[in-house]
Amino acid sequence: MADTLRDLASTIRSKNAGPDNITFDVIFRDRANFERVRDSGALSRAAVAALYDIPPARIVNFDVIDAASAIKFTIRRLQPSGTPGESDVFGSQQYAPLFDVVIP
Amino acid sequence: MKRIKILCPTGHLAFTPMEKESFAAGCRERPDFIVADAGSCDMGPRPLGADTHVSLEAWQRHDLEAMLLAARALGVPMIVGSASDTGTDRGVDQFVGLIRDIARQHRLAPFRLAAIYAEIEVAELERRRAAGVRIEGLDGRAPADAATLARTSRAVAVMNAEPIVAALRAGAEVVIAGRSSDCALFAAPLLLHGFSPAIAYYTGKLMECASFCAEPYMAKESILGEVEGEAVWLTPMHPAQRCTPASIAGHSMYERADPFHEYVAGGVVDMTLCRYEQSGPRTTRASGAAFRADAEVRVKVEGSGLVGQRRLAVVGIRDPYTISLIDDAIAWARGKIAERFGPPGPSRYDVFFHRYGDRGVMRDLEPRRNAPAHELGLVVEVIAPDPRVAEEVAALAARNLFYARLPQVKGTAGTAALMSDEILIGEPGYVWTLNHLLPVGSATEPFRTVMTTIDVTPAKEPA
Repeated sequence: MADTLRDLASTIRSKNAGPDNITFDVIFRDRANFERVRDSGALSRAAVAALYDIPPARIVNFDVIDAASAIKFTIRRLQPSGTPGESDVFGSQQYAPLFDVVIP
Repeated sequence: MKRIKILCPTGHLAFTPMEKESFAAGCRERPDFIVADAGSCDMGPRPLGADTHVSLEAWQRHDLEAMLLAARALGVPMIVGSASDTGTDRGVDQFVGLIRDIARQHRLAPFRLAAIYAEIEVAELERRRAAGVRIEGLDGRAPADAATLARTSRAVAVMNAEPIVAALRAGAEVVIAGRSSDCALFAAPLLLHGFSPAIAYYTGKLMECASFCAEPYMAKESILGEVEGEAVWLTPMHPAQRCTPASIAGHSMYERADPFHEYVAGGVVDMTLCRYEQSGPRTTRASGAAFRADAEVRVKVEGSGLVGQRRLAVVGIRDPYTISLIDDAIAWARGKIAERFGPPGPSRYDVFFHRYGDRGVMRDLEPRRNAPAHELGLVVEVIAPDPRVAEEVAALAARNLFYARLPQVKGTAGTAALMSDEILIGEPGYVWTLNHLLPVGSATEPFRTVMTTIDVTPAKEPA
């Protein structure tokens, strides 16, 4: 049965990592859920690039962290945080599209 | 074996006031050091560039007072870094002034204070660059050139543990440090006591956001870290929180691009092999960090530069026809601005139409396109060197959204709702010009420490 990432992860968040990056953490309390998402391929570098419609090169880190049951990636900002025209100084509301990622 | 206890009451001193109950509980554990970070670059470049603070002074006083009274009552050192949000010299002086005021108010016995300054003159950076020092860019930035430095209003160097260790060794009982690496504040007392850099910085990384390393999610509650050998035991001081392997491991990756490596001046903490074990109902033991020293010591430098004066207007749109043609309405407004001021550009003006209800939050990262809400909130943001130009551009933008010429419009008495027909005065706009690494002679070289005795006993007060 297909679930979404919102159903399976306990933490889905985004946050500044310095002035030039926004980093995303998807953390699972349930080990089986983590392994299911990890092994599904639905949350990969390519999948994230497609979801946010950005070139894969803007994803500067992508890590699967077994010790923390977590998947983490970092997107390079187009402009440093807080540059005039900024919409999210802390980068803290960029995770919402991850909620609806379907996990087979 | 030596065991050191560190108490951390807040992850960003005075961003909101710290919670005193869990702090009092932490003090009853008799910590050896009380440590908190007071700054960040998360608020954007303006506080540094304008040399101002975003935390309210009343809250700074509240948090410093709680920490100082506890530290003096326990007779243990207190360490605060990145004073007053940005860690500029102004921030250090402001915090030292607050410490002096609080000491006087509570008639505290004399104590030794170290003020460690981290600001670095832009002219000094330019002098070093011109002399051939390569100021390498971080996160894909080019090395700093003369133009980058010329655009910089103010810069700070980010200190590592060494200047703080030196201050503690010299007898400081209160350390007020300028811009600091968060984890260095916690590493310093551990390095002073002979612990390895690996466990010292790793402890700092886990503790620097206080209760964020515990669950459930709570801010501004105290965390106690007990360090022995190559391990740290973390316990939340709020009774409803727990440190678990999951909460600690999750926090270890917080607000950093690379989950396994923490870069500090002089080396890197490698967390690839870290282990987390539940060692008590609310306590988790963390261990397994490694440290590799760099061949060359470089400190991070943050710089911010002024780009112009800001004016704002708020406009709402409810007409579904206007919403369907919002790009055209904005193009009309841009056209009217260009008629008077020419095309946008740094020497003239920049205008941004924040479209809340239509990619306003996520912009280029928003996958949900062409699906605007039934009403839009437009915030017009204008930046211009001349504030009169900024005001006029903002007024032209708002009123031409009101007068937008759209072919089939039925609402011919105004195509927009003005929250009020006024232009709001914003703070000046700044950009992060420097996120770079500066090679230095030693990890203490760019920083200046001033030791003083805070002696406010009544007999010594001037009449």
